[in-house]
Amino acid sequence: MQRARCYLLGEQAVVLELEPPVSLQSQQRIWGLTQHLQQHQQVAEVIPGMNNITLLLRDPQQSALDAVEQLQRWWEESEALEATSRLVEIPVIYGRDAGPDLQVVAEHAGLTPQQVVELHSSIDYVVYFIGFQPGFPYLGGLDDRLHTPRRAEPRLSVPAGSVGIGGSQTGIYPLATPGGWQLLGRTPVALFNPHQQPPTLLRPGDSVRFVPQKEGIC
Amino acid sequence: MLRILRAGLATTLQDSGRTGWRQSGISVGGVLDLPAMRTANLLVGNAPDSAVLEIVLGQFKAEFMRDGWFALTGAACNAELDDKPVWTGWRLPVKKGQVLTLSMPLHGMRSYLAIHGGFDVAPILGSLSTDLKAGFGGWEGRKLEDGDRLPLGKPTQIFTRKAGVRQLLWGNRIRALPGPEYHEFSREAQQAFWRTPWMLSPQSNRMGYRLQGPALHRETTRELLSHGLVPGVVQVPPNGQPIVLMADAQTTGGYPRIACVIDADLYQLAQIRLGEPIHFLQCSLPVAMQARMHQRRALEHMAWGLANEN
Repeated sequence: MQRARCYLLGEQAVVLELEPPVSLQSQQRIWGLTQHLQQHQQVAEVIPGMNNITLLLRDPQQSALDAVEQLQRWWEESEALEATSRLVEIPVIYGRDAGPDLQVVAEHAGLTPQQVVELHSSIDYVVYFIGFQPGFPYLGGLDDRLHTPRRAEPRLSVPAGSVGIGGSQTGIYPLATPGGWQLLGRTPVALFNPHQQPPTLLRPGDSVRFVPQKEGIC
Repeated sequence: MLRILRAGLATTLQDSGRTGWRQSGISVGGVLDLPAMRTANLLVGNAPDSAVLEIVLGQFKAEFMRDGWFALTGAACNAELDDKPVWTGWRLPVKKGQVLTLSMPLHGMRSYLAIHGGFDVAPILGSLSTDLKAGFGGWEGRKLEDGDRLPLGKPTQIFTRKAGVRQLLWGNRIRALPGPEYHEFSREAQQAFWRTPWMLSPQSNRMGYRLQGPALHRETTRELLSHGLVPGVVQVPPNGQPIVLMADAQTTGGYPRIACVIDADLYQLAQIRLGEPIHFLQCSLPVAMQARMHQRRALEHMAWGLANEN
């Protein structure tokens, strides 16, 4: 079994961190453990991360000292959650105003913009976890050829719905925010709506496919 | 109804936060000074975690549109109800039409206004806290503006007299536990972390307190994978200048964690002004637990005293 390091973060959180590399298999166990521990009375909150999981204890006074061993045990007993694999299609307008960095990514990869769009939209990405912003998916599966360094100067505001690449990751910004990713396009789909249940479009385990729209490059 | 005549710099509706949503990327939020919020609520007979107004650096004015009781806690403002002085840490009566004015505090940064009966605003995702970054919750997902009219809840009990409590004190000596990456920092950086009077940068906000001082050098360039974050975590980005995460911090991140402020001391940061120094004191897990218990007991004691006053 993959080795894990467990430790306290402050006095009210406990973290389990797996040894690299990241694999879908161990991430599936993290989803399983997240689901299982959410119901646990000692646990106030669970935050799955990339190859790690953080628990907030409901009553650190009672449980912090044992929490490290306890979490290790829970991990060993945990099972992979083969999430009922949903495929979520995200329509994307690639290029032009919606994707001002498409050309940059194409030049970096030695491809044409059309080839970048074709490659980026040909893969079923997996949502590893949601974090950073409400509904922001950390997606696994970007083709090596599309890995592109972040912009030297981050934009002061990236519009909501922007689809981009930052290093080896691709993702979608649910809200307008400052950001350094290379922007390929934009989706009109809302990833976060606090008035809906659930408030986020995506959840860990979902497959995501980007579908080029005819208003953009395709 | 509470009519806002002058909203001030950054007045928001906040409660104890939106828990249980971090795995959807939604920050916990809520007041930065929890004991001050709870004290204000206890004084006016509300549930301790009810919503209050968090007022930054005073400069606030509001008219009460009904009779009632209110309490002001936190930063020591020169506050007045019409032309009578208002003490912080007291429950006071107010008549319809009276105007509460807060000027710049002499000491501290954030004041909390609780009103008996609370605010009659619908919770979103289980909380009345304002998420300014995502633009939802609280009052229309934003800071209050001049002219806003906030509906108030119905009073549930009758108070006969004023009452005051001794508020929790605050200072700038903040206890912290070494973080998971503490040992990756050079010995000099570790010492500098505990010895430096860190200046609170003007770029600090409800997401994070940015500190200025000597650059802290980490001896490895190992990249961390994104992990869960909680308020109190002290991150060190590549420029070596630490950031203490506050209530509105993002839910996950990947910077090394040199320390974590203990829960019982987090509220003190809410009251430190931009440009003022902060000292970190290394503490142990048992001390953190004890501080936590002391703080809880102090508030329980306060609640008991107020419940038995009449």
